[in-house]
Amino acid sequence: MSSTTADRPTTLPTLTAKDLKTDQEVRWCPGCGDYAILAAVQGFLPELGVPREKMVVISGIGCSSRFPYYLNTYGMHSIHGRAPAIATGLATSRPDLMVWVVTGDGDALSIGGNHLIHTLRRNVNLTILLFNNRIYGLTKGQYSPTSEVGKITKSTPMGSVDQPFNPVSLALGAEATFVARALDSDRQGLTEVLRAAAAHQGSSLVEIYQNCNIYNDGAFEVLKDPATRDAHLVRLVAGEPIRLGAEGERGLVWRRGHLEGLDAASVPVEDLVVHDPYDPDPTTAFALSRLTDPSMAYVPVGVFRDVDRPTYDRQVSAQLEQASAQAGPGDLDALLAGGDTWSL
Amino acid sequence: MGKPVHQLDRVVIRFAGDSGDGMQLAGDRFTSETAVFGNDLSTLPSFPAEIRAPAGTLPGVSSFQLHFADHDILTPGDAPDVLVVMNPAALRANLADLPRGGRLIVNIDEFTPRALAKVGYLEDPLADPMLTSYHVHQIPLTSLTKRALDGFPVSKKDADRAKNMFTLGLLSWLYSRPTESTLAYLESRFASRPEIMKANVAAFEAGWSFGETTEDFAVSYQVHPAPLPSGTYRRITGNTALAYGLVAASVRSGLPLFLGSYPITPASDILHELARAKRFGVYTFQAEDEIAGIGAALGASFGGALGVTTTSGPGVALKSETIGLAVALELPLVICDVQRGGPSTGLPTKTEQADLLQAMFGRNGEAPVPIVAPRSPADCFDVALEAVRIATTYRTPVILLSDGYLANGSEPWRIPASADLPDLRVAFATRPNHVGPDGQESFWPYLRDPETLARPWAVPGTPGLEHRIGGLEKADGIGTISYDPANHEHMVRTRAAKVAGIAASIPALEVDDPDGGASLLVLSWGSTYGPVAAATRRVRDAGGRVAHAHLRHLNPFPVNTGEVLAGYRRVLVPEMNTGQLALLVRARYLVDTVSYTKIAGVPFQVAELTHVISDNLGELPG
Repeated sequence: MSSTTADRPTTLPTLTAKDLKTDQEVRWCPGCGDYAILAAVQGFLPELGVPREKMVVISGIGCSSRFPYYLNTYGMHSIHGRAPAIATGLATSRPDLMVWVVTGDGDALSIGGNHLIHTLRRNVNLTILLFNNRIYGLTKGQYSPTSEVGKITKSTPMGSVDQPFNPVSLALGAEATFVARALDSDRQGLTEVLRAAAAHQGSSLVEIYQNCNIYNDGAFEVLKDPATRDAHLVRLVAGEPIRLGAEGERGLVWRRGHLEGLDAASVPVEDLVVHDPYDPDPTTAFALSRLTDPSMAYVPVGVFRDVDRPTYDRQVSAQLEQASAQAGPGDLDALLAGGDTWSL
Repeated sequence: MGKPVHQLDRVVIRFAGDSGDGMQLAGDRFTSETAVFGNDLSTLPSFPAEIRAPAGTLPGVSSFQLHFADHDILTPGDAPDVLVVMNPAALRANLADLPRGGRLIVNIDEFTPRALAKVGYLEDPLADPMLTSYHVHQIPLTSLTKRALDGFPVSKKDADRAKNMFTLGLLSWLYSRPTESTLAYLESRFASRPEIMKANVAAFEAGWSFGETTEDFAVSYQVHPAPLPSGTYRRITGNTALAYGLVAASVRSGLPLFLGSYPITPASDILHELARAKRFGVYTFQAEDEIAGIGAALGASFGGALGVTTTSGPGVALKSETIGLAVALELPLVICDVQRGGPSTGLPTKTEQADLLQAMFGRNGEAPVPIVAPRSPADCFDVALEAVRIATTYRTPVILLSDGYLANGSEPWRIPASADLPDLRVAFATRPNHVGPDGQESFWPYLRDPETLARPWAVPGTPGLEHRIGGLEKADGIGTISYDPANHEHMVRTRAAKVAGIAASIPALEVDDPDGGASLLVLSWGSTYGPVAAATRRVRDAGGRVAHAHLRHLNPFPVNTGEVLAGYRRVLVPEMNTGQLALLVRARYLVDTVSYTKIAGVPFQVAELTHVISDNLGELPG
């Protein structure tokens, strides 16, 4: 998502992170991963050079959805799961705005799953930040659609039996044109992904692994602990071979229709899968998204997919313009008097 | 040829056949001819929910009724004077509605033993001596059409399908209708398939000639034009009028119209009509579901568009949470509910007025929403403008209650000049509206207009007015989240007062009480206007004294409503539900109303209401 360059101010950006803070007291639990995401967003937005009155943040319900109150732009804290639908109406009718959706794993994938997939397939020009903590926080600790099988919570005392969603796989399956993943605590990686998402024209989905230190603490610890993270994180860099393992000792190779991690030294270099987020075919991106399951053995972070497809709002606007160009702008009197008429 | 022509003052015709027989089209074209001729008219199509129910079965019967007259009329007529049946199923489904002495035109080609058996006729109903009480015309409509098209380069199937045009031609002759509009229609409809166009025109003309020459019809009829107010007229259905009203509201407000909608019977035609209005800058968003439809409309409203969603009762149920959000956000939004029979999926193609209480109360919490309802197909235009006026002036969602009868019914409409339509221009907030103790200017999103209690509409893109709104309770004025008990109480009462205050901007309830001495008042709302007004006329013609008042605004009611009701010994409330307006009126005004209710999926009949009114009059002391 980005607003068109014509809307950008010609002067240098003058906003600072401080300008984007509101006077509202932030009410997330101390230690919540949401703080780090808020700081990264507030820190990064000024570099876009978009005036804050042109930015709108729409959220649903849940801890993450309090986000708009803490960002001094236009904002709406709406109802559970519906933020993508509301944002679709705004982004379609106001292509001059930069529209962000902030949502969580319950909001986006459970109650709002339908709106999420349809927004992605339409390629509405907006950026969706999906805070995934794999738990329901605001309702105090029930399992979510991204909780691992067997999750013991208040609502699943014997363990959950539902297969979870993989949000990146889901977004790719929903024809998303931009899909990325980042970690709340990785300020640099998160900022890079946000930058790429903001530059993308169309729907961008950014899954942000976010720690809920109250109900699901340490869910992503294996990706954060300096002792383990390098062995599990797979940093996706466009144009470079994808390497796995603490030392990058393994490379990814297609074998019998599957991506397999093999000792890089034993594989001809031309067989190594080179990351290409711009590939129109989502097959490799989807295969990469499956590396994560089920145990976070390998977790790719970065941009999975970033392809061009006409955005919904532009196509809709083009039809309005085309209709006017072909038959002239609407004439109300002519419309009302259309069809068979008679005079008395 | 010169057959004698008899004058009639009014005629009701019903075309009935299989869903595939083109009866809606035949009825529609006959109506257009009648409209162009200048009669007053009212129509009622009736079709199955199934697109193509099995051919020749009772569930597959589709019909179109038209009432036209040389004077102003209010309903599509209780019973047909002329019934056209294209097959045995149509006869079986409709014959009981034809009064003795009525005219029955039967396509005997379809009365085969197999077709008769399919609908349970053990013997040929056309041989039934009972039929002698009707004027029966047994005509081989299918084979006459095929013969007329002999030599035309069209398939057997296409020739067969043209029988509706043959029938239309015959009826057009019988009632001396002008044919130009039908010929023009066929030319444009089949412009890309000239052979089909020519065949249909030939079938139509053959039907006309058949009427002229056959000995079966000794006379033809004329119904003089009605003396309607001067002006330019067109025929319009409720759904088209509603769509045009929304376009007009967009033009007159200067706001782009954004329709978020999900297809649902009987509202989908509004979406179709608006999808063709792109030249007016109208956005139509066919959403993934009802909830996204209203969500997108609300998002567009936040951005300064005229957000509208169109649906039927089941869709309103799904939209309820978003309507509540719009109440909390205090943003303009119009929800058009084209009511149909319920509960649940109910009767998708049949009419009912049973969503009034859903509109009134169908949300969590105290969430008052203004409600308006059109009284006739053409009135949908004016009521759409009124809904937009209330929504934009008071920054509130508004529910417009149409119904299936209005949606698909049609009547002549005197076309207004756009310059005569209400001025709906809206002023967005452009500047901070609050100065703090430190002299610092800021924008308070919930600082209200003291008169309307409306909050400012500050659209994204306006520098300096950045603000956050949401479904959590707001502190009045500053608009930040507030869980303060006193503030919540204040906000609930303020939202209620804002909606109640709309009454100051609406006309007083008018009473039609020509003698001024009636002791019985009939109170109607929505589409029951026509049959109620027609029935009160009939009662008066017979010497009865009865008053009639009609509510266009259901929430809030006009300020004088209580006073009007208190002026009558008895208030009779006919409704196509189990008494929903009666419940509201009783609760609000402590008036012991008498309900007359019907939930049959069809509008009231004038004769039925005439009896009910007369019975009520009879129970009152003179």
